[in-house]
Amino acid sequence: MKKYKFSKQNMLFGLLLIAVLLLPFVTDALLGRGWVRIMDFAMLYIMLALGLNIVVGYAGLLDLGYIAFFAVGAYCYALAGSPHLAMAFPMLFPEGLHLSFWLVVPLAALLAGGFGVLLGAPTLRLRGDYLAIVTLGFGEIIRIFMNNLNAPVNLTNGPQGISRIDPISVAGVSLNATQEVFGITLPSVHLYFYLFLGFAALVVFVSHRLEKSRIGRAWMAIREDEIAAASMGINTRNLKLLAFAMGAMFGGVSGTLFAGFQGFVSPESFSLMESIMVLCMVVLGGMGNIYGVILGGLLLALLPEVLRHSVVPLQQAVFGKTLIDPESLRMLLFGTALIMVMLYRPAGLWPSRVRRRELASDETAS
Amino acid sequence: MTAPLLELSNIGKQFGGLNALSEVSLHIRRGEIYGLIGPNGAGKTTLFNIITGLYQLNAGEFNFNGRSYQTAKPHVLAQAGIARTFQNIRLFANLTALENVMTGRHTRTQAGVFGALLRNRSTRDEERASTERARELLSYVGIASAHQMLAKNLSYGEQRRLEIARALATDPLLLALDEPAAGMNATETESLKALLQDIRSIGVTVVLIEHDVKLIMGLCDRVAVLDYGRKIAEGVPEQVRRDPAVIAAYLGGEDE
Repeated sequence: MKKYKFSKQNMLFGLLLIAVLLLPFVTDALLGRGWVRIMDFAMLYIMLALGLNIVVGYAGLLDLGYIAFFAVGAYCYALAGSPHLAMAFPMLFPEGLHLSFWLVVPLAALLAGGFGVLLGAPTLRLRGDYLAIVTLGFGEIIRIFMNNLNAPVNLTNGPQGISRIDPISVAGVSLNATQEVFGITLPSVHLYFYLFLGFAALVVFVSHRLEKSRIGRAWMAIREDEIAAASMGINTRNLKLLAFAMGAMFGGVSGTLFAGFQGFVSPESFSLMESIMVLCMVVLGGMGNIYGVILGGLLLALLPEVLRHSVVPLQQAVFGKTLIDPESLRMLLFGTALIMVMLYRPAGLWPSRVRRRELASDETAS
Repeated sequence: MTAPLLELSNIGKQFGGLNALSEVSLHIRRGEIYGLIGPNGAGKTTLFNIITGLYQLNAGEFNFNGRSYQTAKPHVLAQAGIARTFQNIRLFANLTALENVMTGRHTRTQAGVFGALLRNRSTRDEERASTERARELLSYVGIASAHQMLAKNLSYGEQRRLEIARALATDPLLLALDEPAAGMNATETESLKALLQDIRSIGVTVVLIEHDVKLIMGLCDRVAVLDYGRKIAEGVPEQVRRDPAVIAAYLGGEDE
């Protein structure tokens, strides 16, 4: 009985894998290349949402400034992989730094993790609303720093942002050009899709392993009842800092990917709205459940694009003119969707536990 | 005779101008069941919060198992061997009963982030041992069948038992129970009594706050009475019950 179920699961997983691997080609053929690019961004959002899920979903620490870690990662690669540093320190780096992407990823993860601890340390005593406000402030501080650090030394190039960031290359093959792999022509967006998919898979793996571990249980204990957790011997300070650091690391790594993919970063990509967006993905999808969060990330990353492409033609067809601009409609629909979810599915679209408990009751029944 | 397991000397705790505890001294010996009674607001739970590190004491000395824990944090005291339950049950509501108990193993296990990620042999062994121990404890307190239920879905009596199992998972030397029989009927209280006696027999010292006089009298080796933050009596239950100061505290003295 059990063996059969297991192999069925494996088969499902295999089918899913094939579907995901074919996704860019199908999307390209049906909807056009622009949509593959949108899928790439959806992958980035999924990674961000999974990172935030560690902080919010597992440890129960409401973080409204999460995008700051994404910014840290993005600027890390922007500075290390573009000619920009030549402007700030012409003596030191006449050509800019141009570090390899694969070297920057661990550095960015460490730096973002450090920032996570930096944010976590002063907020250890805070909970709920108060924590949310402080983290929100932190997110804004980082963004404003990026915006203003063009003087006295031009470190971030201010609101103009940093451009001409080196594209990511894998084993010496640049992802910014169409490549032939085993006779299959892969445009740049496809290549990035697979790269992001790989990173997302890694993030899922790490999340999954953490969730079902001593550390994950301790985080969830803190989420459920901090005082009881401490009384059971959990060092709440260290574990909260660890949650902040782990979440921030995921954010930082996604940031480097973002910078390499775009070739350009500027502070406006890291506004409060983005933090809220990522938080919505986590909450809407189902806090604490990896699959729920993936679903939430996918839905909220794709929804605006779907609206953008459907709202205007729809209104044109019905009213003969555009009454509501898609951008404002998007917020309206978002708000409505969130209220609906909170009313009817307070635990998210795909809440954690439910499935596991189903499995458990199966096990005891058999 | 060996030194007492828990030794509180003249401890005091103030909240603003209020003396929640003043000059309280207690000695709890290894292997005894020690009762702490007193009217509401007498400072019993405050005393528990001090010995479990939730509050820091303002005066006096606090020694446990031969070491001083004047300003220790809760997790340090849990590590040292003091585990507790709470007056108003504080389980991890959205975790299963089994996970609740496994959380209690935290302080006796080591796996960190790398262990979790690599899931190497020692981590797997440790995890298996934790699960095994948690299952044992669940059946020990009599709720083995509920191991996959979320804590919030358990009945009241089961939740009380789960809290005890979770506390036992930390391998405590001293188990501090804050009103374990509150809200229980006579039969449930009777089986709780049997459980506590069994816990003592496996070498765990028990200190409990309780209002159920019958339970206290039938179970405890010694009892201390607190009133307005002071210890007004201590001794074997029979003796304490007849103490005029205790009767006055419960029924109202002459000067009130």
